[in-house]
Amino acid sequence: QKNGVSNGTLYKKTFIEHFEQAPMYVAVLTFLGFGVGTIFGYLRDFMRAWGLEKRNVAAEREQQKDFVPLYQDFENFYTRNLYMRIRDNWNRPICSVPGPQFDLMERVTDDYNWTFRFTGRIIKNVINMGSYNYLGFAETDVNALKTVTIELQKYGTGICSTRQEMGTLDKHVELEKLVAKFLGVEDAMVFGMGFATNSMNIPALVGKGCLILSDELNHTSLVLGARLSGATIRIFKHNNMQSLEKLLRDAIIYGQPRSRRAWRKIIILVEGIYSMEGSIVRLPEIVSLKKKYKAYLYLDEAHSIGAVGTTGRGVVEYFGMSPDDVDVLMGTFTKSFGAAGGYIAGKKELVDFLRTHSHSAVYATSMCPPVAEQIIRAMKCLMGLDGTTQGLQRVRQLGKNTRYFRRRLHEMGFIIYGNDDSPVVPLLLYMPGKIGAFARRMLEKNIGVVVVGFPATPITESRARFCVSAAHTREMLDTVLNALDELGDFLHLKYSRYSKSSHPELYEETRFELED
Amino acid sequence: FFSQIDVHLELEDQLAKFMRTEEAIIYSYGFATIASAIPAYAKRGDIVFVDEAACFAIQKGLQASRSNIKLFRHNDMADLERLLKEQETEDQKNPRKARVTRRFIVVEGLYMNTGDVCPLPELIKLKYKYKVRIFLEESLSFGVLGEHGRGITEHFGINIDDIDLISANMENSLASIGGFCCGRSFIIDHQRLSGQGYCFSASLPPLLAAAAIEALNIMEDNPDIFQTLRTKCARIHEALQGISGLKVVGETFSPALHLQLEESCGSRENDMKLLKRVVDYCMNNGIALTQACYLEKEEKCLPPPSIRVVITVEQTEQELDKAASLLKEAAQSVLN
Repeated sequence: QKNGVSNGTLYKKTFIEHFEQAPMYVAVLTFLGFGVGTIFGYLRDFMRAWGLEKRNVAAEREQQKDFVPLYQDFENFYTRNLYMRIRDNWNRPICSVPGPQFDLMERVTDDYNWTFRFTGRIIKNVINMGSYNYLGFAETDVNALKTVTIELQKYGTGICSTRQEMGTLDKHVELEKLVAKFLGVEDAMVFGMGFATNSMNIPALVGKGCLILSDELNHTSLVLGARLSGATIRIFKHNNMQSLEKLLRDAIIYGQPRSRRAWRKIIILVEGIYSMEGSIVRLPEIVSLKKKYKAYLYLDEAHSIGAVGTTGRGVVEYFGMSPDDVDVLMGTFTKSFGAAGGYIAGKKELVDFLRTHSHSAVYATSMCPPVAEQIIRAMKCLMGLDGTTQGLQRVRQLGKNTRYFRRRLHEMGFIIYGNDDSPVVPLLLYMPGKIGAFARRMLEKNIGVVVVGFPATPITESRARFCVSAAHTREMLDTVLNALDELGDFLHLKYSRYSKSSHPELYEETRFELED
Repeated sequence: FFSQIDVHLELEDQLAKFMRTEEAIIYSYGFATIASAIPAYAKRGDIVFVDEAACFAIQKGLQASRSNIKLFRHNDMADLERLLKEQETEDQKNPRKARVTRRFIVVEGLYMNTGDVCPLPELIKLKYKYKVRIFLEESLSFGVLGEHGRGITEHFGINIDDIDLISANMENSLASIGGFCCGRSFIIDHQRLSGQGYCFSASLPPLLAAAAIEALNIMEDNPDIFQTLRTKCARIHEALQGISGLKVVGETFSPALHLQLEESCGSRENDMKLLKRVVDYCMNNGIALTQACYLEKEEKCLPPPSIRVVITVEQTEQELDKAASLLKEAAQSVLN
């Protein structure tokens, strides 16, 4: 019998995650803010219905006025009244590569965000804290893109066929071998789009009579794939192992709901890093649960591949586990590799099955060759196969930047969610009015941020999400942090009650000399 | 977030101008275009009438939307009218529910699975008579039909505003990756917030968007390539008639036609093996062909096994004739 923490030997390094709750007055004020917005929304709708105010929304055709209306009035209430007020913070078009800095097209609105007009001016060198450019491969350096231009001239851009018919090129075969080598598994298969990888392969792997246990905060592509498959879906609380274990035990004891037969397959769907929370999955515990109850594990490493781990191989390496423990490793190339597309990797039987039975292999076009070449180049750089240590340097730089950024934000007193090692940093704003104010003022200081509100997040927890990149220099991060400091004081965003002091050495002092 | 680049905006503008609609929206994958567009409008409880030979992407979009699906026989307007009448009598029983259930018809311009064209003028009449909205999927007919390549609406001379939504993928005619939906702003704007493949997914790489813009420019500058394509299609259609054992399925002006076995050997597997031998014979002698692949267990109405013959405008007349004669030879040697 051992005393001590129950999972003490599973985690090889400390796993620190924070999800601090804000003081009660913040929640009250947030609800109040939404309430005021809703009342004004009803007022505006009333005035619009009675013709006292202009209707700016596009309307149905005259000939089709007596058709059943396409949109319910209430469905769009939120969009019309609350989202429209701060709509200028989303869908901002840029006109350069989304590297650590980019050029933004200036946009003004004459009628309170109903329509936009481009002034033609370009705001240069806005610091980019919103793009998923974790390793900085979104670059236009001519030397780096040499091989891509050669491939473009050799193959062109279009494939015009599906994988099974005529769309498998030698580039795909090369890429798949490289991906398998990178992850340390037997075989891999690549697809043209990351979202489609999930929604088209989960239905091929599970069907009716199977059970899917999915995390509360899974991405829409996983939810869509699970729904399309026809299996029964049960949801466990975010990263909560007790909830997952309870579901597993119930599934095995009680079986299928009406016939009480055993489930054909039980599969657990989790993500490596959750993009809205910044939390990392508790992989060692899930793998031990999976082995105990004999379930399968599907790990979606969209954000974590390339971003965590000592050599950038994802959460599996971060926890020091072997890739054989995870049954299906899935990931996308959009985030860390600066390309587009997704992959599924695992044992050879799994990948061979997917080559014949995946919806994407039979009906959807394959990846285009220049994009495949970009991934090959990025992966070779990461693995060190191009002869330089640039890849490893990028991973180390990302780790340093992440830790520095998070530490400084903690010291300033903001509430940050997530694991200390994840490059996705959500900063809580809570109140709806502050969402618009925050994003606009940051843009004035030449920093581009992403803000998210309801319905992507719970209604009281609107946030700004920063994505740290290996391409950010210390000066850029310092500029952003200073701006955040100022803005935090101005907008009263420093809610944290546990702020660490920025002078820890004073606490180490054990002998205080009193002056007489 | 920050993924809309000026190239995307340019492509959307150019597509909207080309198709003469108010607005267009770009998706980064062809399959995801129609599979995200349908669930954005059709929800649980709505009714969708769809053709039997609709492609797999449409079927997945319908499955994700959870609406009631009513299949009508391929290109059979009488069958569709019967279903619409049945729905009307149902509506009269429950007028309150009928006032909120939306109704849609989903058809393709040129069907991928059969090579036929849909009878659009009759569909428009049915639309106004029974008050249903039409979604048109033009993956194969965009850049092929019509005087300037605008698709089936130009081919039949129909006002494009009569169609509620036109969706197409850029992977066939424009040789890029991705897809687009075009129509009136009233309809397209909704997808910017509720189209799952648009909001929750990365956008098209700028390389491919630029390639699509260039392809559109070529299409606008040389409007006579469409006529050339149609003559070549007619030529090969003509040349492939009369092959013993294989029948040609598809319209004369369709660039993708199917060759099906005239009499099947009994089981689907044996049919497919036979067709594979034909394809292999042709491959060994310099013509690349492929069998049309389907996921047998997942399709709602499985089309019979066939070889798909696809034409490009760049092929010369000699090449087309050579291909036709080789196919004749292959059929002779394998099937007799």
